[in-house]
Amino acid sequence: MSILISGATLIDRKSSFNGQRVDILVEKDRILEINPHKVQKDDLTGIEMAEGIQPAHRIINASGLWAVPGLIDMHVHFREPGFEYKETIETGAKAAAWGGFTAVCTMPNTSPVNDNAQITRFIIDQAARVSMVRVYPVAAISPGLKGEALCEFGELKSAGAVAVSDDGNPVTNNRLMRKALEYAKGIGVLVISHCEVPDLVGSGVMNEGAIATLMGLAGIPNAAESIMVARDISLSELTQTPVHIAHVSTRESVRIIREAKKRGVKVTAETAPHYFSLTDEAVQHYDTHAKMNPPLRAQKDREAICQGLADGTIDVIATDHAPHSVIEKDVEFDAAANGIIGLETSLSLSLQLVSKNILTIEQLVEKMSTNPSQILGLDCGLSPGKIADITMIDPEYRYIVNADTFQSKSRNTPFNGWKLQGRATMTIVGGKVVFDSTVLK
Amino acid sequence: MQWMKKDILDIQSLSVEEIGMILDTAENLKEISQRPIKKVPTLRGKTVILFFHEASTRTRTSFDIAAKRLSADSISISATTSSIVKGETLIDTVKNLEAMNPDIMVIRHACSGVPHMLARQLHFSVINAGDGTHEHPTQALLDMMTVREKKGRLEGLRVAIVGDISHSRVARSNCLGFTKMGASVILSGPPTMIPSGIESFGVSVTYRVEEAIRDADVIMMLRIQKERQGAFSFPSEREYAQLFGLNLKRLEKAKDDVLIMHPGPINRGVEIAPAVADGPFSVILDQVANGVAIRMALLYLVSGGKRNVDTD
Repeated sequence: MSILISGATLIDRKSSFNGQRVDILVEKDRILEINPHKVQKDDLTGIEMAEGIQPAHRIINASGLWAVPGLIDMHVHFREPGFEYKETIETGAKAAAWGGFTAVCTMPNTSPVNDNAQITRFIIDQAARVSMVRVYPVAAISPGLKGEALCEFGELKSAGAVAVSDDGNPVTNNRLMRKALEYAKGIGVLVISHCEVPDLVGSGVMNEGAIATLMGLAGIPNAAESIMVARDISLSELTQTPVHIAHVSTRESVRIIREAKKRGVKVTAETAPHYFSLTDEAVQHYDTHAKMNPPLRAQKDREAICQGLADGTIDVIATDHAPHSVIEKDVEFDAAANGIIGLETSLSLSLQLVSKNILTIEQLVEKMSTNPSQILGLDCGLSPGKIADITMIDPEYRYIVNADTFQSKSRNTPFNGWKLQGRATMTIVGGKVVFDSTVLK
Repeated sequence: MQWMKKDILDIQSLSVEEIGMILDTAENLKEISQRPIKKVPTLRGKTVILFFHEASTRTRTSFDIAAKRLSADSISISATTSSIVKGETLIDTVKNLEAMNPDIMVIRHACSGVPHMLARQLHFSVINAGDGTHEHPTQALLDMMTVREKKGRLEGLRVAIVGDISHSRVARSNCLGFTKMGASVILSGPPTMIPSGIESFGVSVTYRVEEAIRDADVIMMLRIQKERQGAFSFPSEREYAQLFGLNLKRLEKAKDDVLIMHPGPINRGVEIAPAVADGPFSVILDQVANGVAIRMALLYLVSGGKRNVDTD
């Protein structure tokens, strides 16, 4: 069946229709045509519609909506295999579709770890069975995430892995990280680095500073992140290999990455919505839903993250969607697991950057779609002939976040009860509507 | 003034009036401990659970005696004798205890914020007997009581706290308490033991102990925890004693009517010389005696708070 998206405002800086109202015709899995929106009045009903409608078309009245290239979240944890009580590939993919994402990259810290082709294929097979959003596995850098040897990047890539990372654990051995970058260059697979110096983190459970001191919680200094960011940039220069820095949280990291980019180092970086939406004040009252790694930082860091997004230092917004159940979260703060879910709040929180004039809507679409697809080497965008991965956004939709209505299996979000504006109303993956808010309720 | 609080979680959440009321009540109740028959029927029929997840002699015994002098029934549970060792979560253990309908739980735990987490979920009163490196409110209250008793006031005094501030819940509670009551607090210790952002408590910091001691009305020495040596906080006890230990020579520089305090247990010869700990300026044992009175006052106030008035 064909789909005609009628009257949407197209947002994609790479398209000549950017900012214009268009009619997008989707045939099978691809975009067939994009034309300026033309209306004709139905003589009988008086309803305005796009011109040239065929009876076989499914018409989507998209007036007042934005059509953007499908959003890509390049950092999620779907917990399958191993921790299915927190999230499965099915519930995670559903949460992604509801949040407006057409593709996600799943991190390898499952059980068993995704450090071999069988697990990579299992994840891809499960995702195909679910048939919701595209799931791109990220495989481990080292077997068991132990940081002691290299995984078989070649076989992992042929099995479908798009990147390698020991996310959750840093690669502390500098020589191993150097070799991982060099070896990845030959294979053509992206290396994503989780930057954290363990002996500076120590027993730390939140950002170091006045609030941690007042609460009597052990602090994690900014340098625990930025030291390793600086190392990875040096190794990227040494090996002439791209490196992608995951979940940037500190002002020092932003400064180091900015300076490296200026020198032409092939470094890219992501941050998560919580790092530009919250500070360590959210931890007050020992709220374990504000506990994550890296931790929520100070106001100065939050401002630097926003600045880094605005000036292009930070290329990508990714959620680090990390589902945990009450078993891990309804416990002593020191004992609680790190991480929060993010897929179903990411777009609305990121749209706040647009309403606060930190980013233009075009820049936001770059951070959430164009840039991740470029960094991962995927082919996306809103133009004829491309795969029809499209997200429809209602920028005016106002709502109060209610975690009980989430598609994710988990509820660990600090944003429950927040008043937000703007959300995805429809998610189209390969020409198939996988989420449609109008058929809910 | 009517007592309104269900829980005693930290000094931070207590007002100046509430602290004053606790100190006044403790002063009144102190006399009971000096009677030949040291018991009054005030809390007869009340059940107090002492739930201690960390080693404690002073605080647990003090609470136990306080409960018994007020005729409450007190039950002690420690981490090793509770079902926690069988893998039960803390919340489940405490919910089971709640089903037995106690009136007050006194809790000590190695993790900061545990009393707060429990108080949110429980109907009965929670008293914090020390949580991680967060607060030790009853210690600060007995310290303030001791100083007020000896000096007649708290306002305008200068209090020096010396030692490992980073890992001290006693220091945090005392910083908040003494500044709230109008005293000024100066902290001293090696920079490795001064936590980041401590100035936000409204206190000042010096790395030279002589400067902290010079004009102090009260000098509070904190215990140096030997296990911190492994965390690179200080090179040796020997050097610590030389640079920060309170000995007679340093004491000469202090005021003539200075009070020497220590929350205990003390490491003789490390942070405090025996001659100072046992000397005429030391009020260390007065602190312990007042601890019973403070804990009697708190048990009394949270039981007699407004929510219980109608049923009493």
